[in-house]
Amino acid sequence: MTSAAKPVPLLRHLSGEFYAHCRSHELRFQRCTQCRSWRHVPRQTCARCGAWDWEWARSSGHGTVFTWTVVRRPMHPAFASAAPYAPCVIEMEEGVRVVSEVVDCAPADLRKGLAVEVVFDDVTPELTLPKFRRASGGRRPS
Amino acid sequence: MASPRGQACIAGIGHTEYTRAKVPTGTNLTLELRAARAAIDDAGLRAGEIDGILPFFGIDLAEEIAVHLGIADLRFQMTSHLGGAAPGASIAVAALAVANGIANHVLVPGGWWGYAGRRVREVVVQDVSAMSGGANARDFYFPYGLTAPVQWFSMIARLHMETFGTRPEHLGAVAVACRAHAQRNPHALLRGKPITIDDYLASPMISDPYRLLDCSLEADGAAAFIVTSAERARDLRARAVPILGFAQGQPFPADDIVTRDDPFELGVTHATARAFEMAEVRHADVDFAEIYDPFTFQVIQQLEEMGFCERGEGGAFVDGGRIAPGGELPVNTHGGLLSEAHVLGMNHFVEAVRQLRGEAGERQVAGARIGVVTGFGDFGDGSVVVLGSGA
Repeated sequence: MTSAAKPVPLLRHLSGEFYAHCRSHELRFQRCTQCRSWRHVPRQTCARCGAWDWEWARSSGHGTVFTWTVVRRPMHPAFASAAPYAPCVIEMEEGVRVVSEVVDCAPADLRKGLAVEVVFDDVTPELTLPKFRRASGGRRPS
Repeated sequence: MASPRGQACIAGIGHTEYTRAKVPTGTNLTLELRAARAAIDDAGLRAGEIDGILPFFGIDLAEEIAVHLGIADLRFQMTSHLGGAAPGASIAVAALAVANGIANHVLVPGGWWGYAGRRVREVVVQDVSAMSGGANARDFYFPYGLTAPVQWFSMIARLHMETFGTRPEHLGAVAVACRAHAQRNPHALLRGKPITIDDYLASPMISDPYRLLDCSLEADGAAAFIVTSAERARDLRARAVPILGFAQGQPFPADDIVTRDDPFELGVTHATARAFEMAEVRHADVDFAEIYDPFTFQVIQQLEEMGFCERGEGGAFVDGGRIAPGGELPVNTHGGLLSEAHVLGMNHFVEAVRQLRGEAGERQVAGARIGVVTGFGDFGDGSVVVLGSGA
């Protein structure tokens, strides 16, 4: 075991809003209410059309593995005993990509295009991280 | 408006010994001052004649350096926040300053105790908060243990392997070539330690697909340059190396690696054509390239994005000795960050100047007239500088 605390997001501003939805077990990304484009990471204005207005639109929760790495030698003390672990980039059906992990897949079994769906990991009472598992095949809102 | 092409020169270079010391003997400022003094001597100047300083972000302030050098009238200072692309960006800004009479002799220093001090790989939240994209990394990468450059960039290497069939042996070809160059460089930390592709493949996995030998060499050291107008350089001691072209570039978005529409886009994707146009050179004119090499694949990626080969063909391009000593396009003739030392890419400029002065000893690229130096910072910011031999 390591005594170092795992790094946590700063739960303020737009990041705080993203994670507040996760705490309610809802995966939501920003969507421009003018040009209807989805975006992540959170931004104050739409890079496509310049609009200030947006909504936290609910994701289907479904996506595919886009790329990943398998950490054999952790660089942060809080993850010293976690190896091997595999941070992944998930490409959501909505088109946005998000860093996460696939909880029920051994690193050696990860493949580009692997279908996954969101699950929620209540790390602390304040923080819930969106993670993913292999897709069961059905479609339901997250 | 006149083109900046050739209006400024690198008139002096200096660097410390590169080490992997047990404990630091001094501060970062100690290293930077040693390198600065050496560069000033190389140019044949007195310290008091320096009137501009472009210090490296987050290391030392111009004020501190100026007071130690006895510069009573510092006319110009500015700091680039492009991380590993900053040396090239700073040389470009220095060139603009001296070409326009804003300053006469601009010092560009950079260095650190990157091994004996806090290690380069140990990126913590306090560090990323200061860098471009740091808040995104803090809020969306770090909670998943995605905390270090070797992890971030290995994901792009994997994507390239998945998309184009790039193989571990291709990444290894970069490591082996850089190590081969280092065998001819007395300053290289890994001189005397040649490697083969089998050594590469047997090295321990750090963040798959990156092995230990894909990673740059954490090191202690500093380097510095004196940038001077072409006109003033004629009166100086060292053979001045003209700055023929330069440009910066950024991927979009620059502050997040994983959400780019084009995941392979880099700063050099945009900067290269601009720098080459200013320099009036084409790829075939380039005699050698010093490519910022935090990890092996980022060399392949930059060669592709710069247009030395098509995207997806970089693995085959670096295979077969093309970038090795005696190859068609020698890359990182000093050994690079991978095998000389990780000195923030400052050492790439030291080497390019030596090559273009014809002072590179047993590793001299015969007849070198045009050299290209890249920088790669933060999440892929880029700088490209084209230097000439002046001959």
